[in-house]
Amino acid sequence: MSILMVSNIIVIVFILLGVFFMFAGTIGFLRLPDFYSRMHATGKSDTLGVFLSCIGIALYTLQGGLYLANILVSLKIMFIAVFWFLGGPTATHALLKSAFKSGITPWTKDGRAVIEWPPK
Amino acid sequence: MDNFFIAIGLILGILSLICLYRGIFGPTDIDRIIGVGVVGTKTLIILLLIGLLYKRLDMFVDIALVYAILNFIGVLIFAKYFIKKGVL
Repeated sequence: MSILMVSNIIVIVFILLGVFFMFAGTIGFLRLPDFYSRMHATGKSDTLGVFLSCIGIALYTLQGGLYLANILVSLKIMFIAVFWFLGGPTATHALLKSAFKSGITPWTKDGRAVIEWPPK
Repeated sequence: MDNFFIAIGLILGILSLICLYRGIFGPTDIDRIIGVGVVGTKTLIILLLIGLLYKRLDMFVDIALVYAILNFIGVLIFAKYFIKKGVL
């Protein structure tokens, strides 16, 4: 088993894990009943999916040889991953906060409100 | 590995079509905004995969970076200026 095959297997595992998290987030986004719970499904799992997929693609880029161009492209991909790891939850939080201020009450199973509305 | 990347790109395309359903027929306006944002995050990975398939990743990674920043700023602007009290 050569080193290239081991590296390929690591890349495939990372990208498949990322796609699995994105798949779970999409199913939650399609099936959950409320806006807040849909945001809960996509806001976390999509961020982790982008992070793992970017790690896999950066490792695959490094397989072409440890030259300066490959290392720079790999660093840029990791920069995208870190940026989205910070920016995705921030965007989710901003959207949720403005939706909460605009007066949407959260969904409950028996229809009663969990919180007092409007908040004091 | 090229066949693997094509398969992953197809899966991500189908997932973004499912998210686009929520973006078109969403019950509220915020669902539509989130649907467009989720399609944007999947397009980020699809752009990187296209770069790997065309062997021009050094060019496509810049496009993906700009796409990520535009997606982030777009959602922030929607959250700040588009949703007022009592509009939805």
